[in-house]
Amino acid sequence: MSTVDVLLQQIVNGLALGMMYALLALGFTMVYGIIELINFSHFSVFMTGTFVGLVVLNLMGVTAVSKSLTGFALVGTLVVLFAATMATTGVLGVLIERICLRSLRHVAGTAPMITTIGVAFILINTMLLIWGPQAQRFPQLLPNWRWAVGAAEVTFKQVVLFVVGLVLMLALSHLVKRTTLGKAMRATAQDADAARMMGIDVDRVVVLTFFLGSALAGAGSLFFGLYYGFTGYYIGYTTGLRAFTSAVLGGIGSIPGAVLGGLFIGLTQSLGGQLVGVKWTDVIIFSLLIIVMVFRPNGLLGAHVPQKA
Amino acid sequence: MKASGRVLLNFCDVHTHYGSLHVLKGVSYEIREGEIVALLGGNASGKSTTMKTVLGLVRPSEGTVSFRGQPIHALRTSEIVRRGIAPVPEGRRLFPRMTILENLEMGRYTRRAEPGWAEELDRVFGLFPLLKERRHQLAGTMSGGEQQMLAIGRALMTRPTLLCMDEPSMGLAPRLVEEVFDIIRAINEQGTTIFVIEQNVNMALSIAHRGYVLQMGEVVLAGSAQELLENPLIRKAYLGSG
Ligand SMILES: Nc1ncnc2c1ncn2[C@@H]1O[C@H](COP(=O)(O)OP(=O)(O)OP(=O)(O)O)[C@@H](O)[C@H]1O
Ligand SMILES: [Mg+2]
Repeated sequence: MSTVDVLLQQIVNGLALGMMYALLALGFTMVYGIIELINFSHFSVFMTGTFVGLVVLNLMGVTAVSKSLTGFALVGTLVVLFAATMATTGVLGVLIERICLRSLRHVAGTAPMITTIGVAFILINTMLLIWGPQAQRFPQLLPNWRWAVGAAEVTFKQVVLFVVGLVLMLALSHLVKRTTLGKAMRATAQDADAARMMGIDVDRVVVLTFFLGSALAGAGSLFFGLYYGFTGYYIGYTTGLRAFTSAVLGGIGSIPGAVLGGLFIGLTQSLGGQLVGVKWTDVIIFSLLIIVMVFRPNGLLGAHVPQKA
Repeated sequence: MKASGRVLLNFCDVHTHYGSLHVLKGVSYEIREGEIVALLGGNASGKSTTMKTVLGLVRPSEGTVSFRGQPIHALRTSEIVRRGIAPVPEGRRLFPRMTILENLEMGRYTRRAEPGWAEELDRVFGLFPLLKERRHQLAGTMSGGEQQMLAIGRALMTRPTLLCMDEPSMGLAPRLVEEVFDIIRAINEQGTTIFVIEQNVNMALSIAHRGYVLQMGEVVLAGSAQELLENPLIRKAYLGSG
């Protein structure tokens, strides 16, 4: 393979991975956009989602030793898997907001953010207690099909992840841009007090935001499981931090920014791993973050960080 | 519009606190159907707090607010807006990165499931033809005067019975102030009762039927617009003549 072919191959790999970071970054950015909270428990909701996916698959009779599925069985399993996992992590996000964060909404300073770190540890340790410290194999239900596209090779797994990611993002974009509820979300992000004066129930908007963000994180969890073929209580750190970087790179609070940042980080990871070496991945990612922050402190698309009065 | 004499809003002996700060100290006033009532007063006298209390954004620690005879001071803002009170907030408070049309849609949020969107839109576009032309422009890119028109239009989208306006003339050139007050009068003539908070005493009293003067959280003067204009205290404090 020539260098160009290798690069092309890594771009293909990076796009599917980038979708995962983007899905995760969306939850960060949406919550920040509405209540200016950096929600560190989002990392752990993502991690918990991989185990939820594992349980859902086991309940459907798909285990780590099952053969890959095809046809209707595959489509049906995927639909149930994504729907059930996303619903569960969505509800988990709502519970976190309702139980741990709502009463702190009017507390100034870092208390709410510290609380989200506490919630993250509760989830991490709960998963550690239930599943133990060892990695769990995640069922590989997608068949190992691959096609040559030019000199690069595209796997079925990459296509599925990319398409599912795209569908979810288009759905989110439609919801936020076109529906009244989505417009109420944007209005609340731009001026919560004015939104309240229009009769918009801001608490409901916040709950909806947590639900959507956490459901998207759940989809990201499944991307992780399907892509890497394993999970563990510790996976939230690295992936979550990279996703958070995606959100900041894109401009925290900006939905297209989160997608752009996610794809950017996915591509950086695969290209950087190829060109420089895998062990340098995080060095490259965070160096890029610093460079972007120096020249564009509000991120790539974050010209308008929401300002609260 | 002729005032009918029926009391629409009754603000009765209201006290409010922000923490330990006692802002409204037993404020009472009433607004009758069809009236334009002006609330005048200097900075920090509690004018905006009065309006926020009507809208349920600030809860009275004592006293009652009733609208059409029903107490509303414990209701959620969404319910108060649904019952027919709409705000034009201080500083306009548009959604800057939403279009004019989307801002108008947010104004109608509490009635989003009801028919009548197209008619209200036509009515608002009739009052402000500019909003129709520019309906896809982002609100944050409009000039101050245009933004004030949109803020009024947004509030009208629920077809409110009572329109509450907090300093609509703030930051506008004299010619625009006149335009805004002409529009307020026109809206009133179409049947909407208006409660207008102003520091521009001359302008406010030129269109109002009655007025109240708030000072340090207390109503110190009340009367018809004519009486207030002739009151020596007002002339001295606000109109710069003795
Ligand atoms: N959310 C708040 N928290 C604490 N204090 C507040 C709050 N809102 C208003 N105040 C205080 O209450 C007092 C009355 O404020 P208010 O906004 O009602 O005044 P105003 O008459 O509208 O003044 P202006 O003409 O400057 O708009 C002020 O001293 C203000 O600092
Ligand atoms: Mg004020």
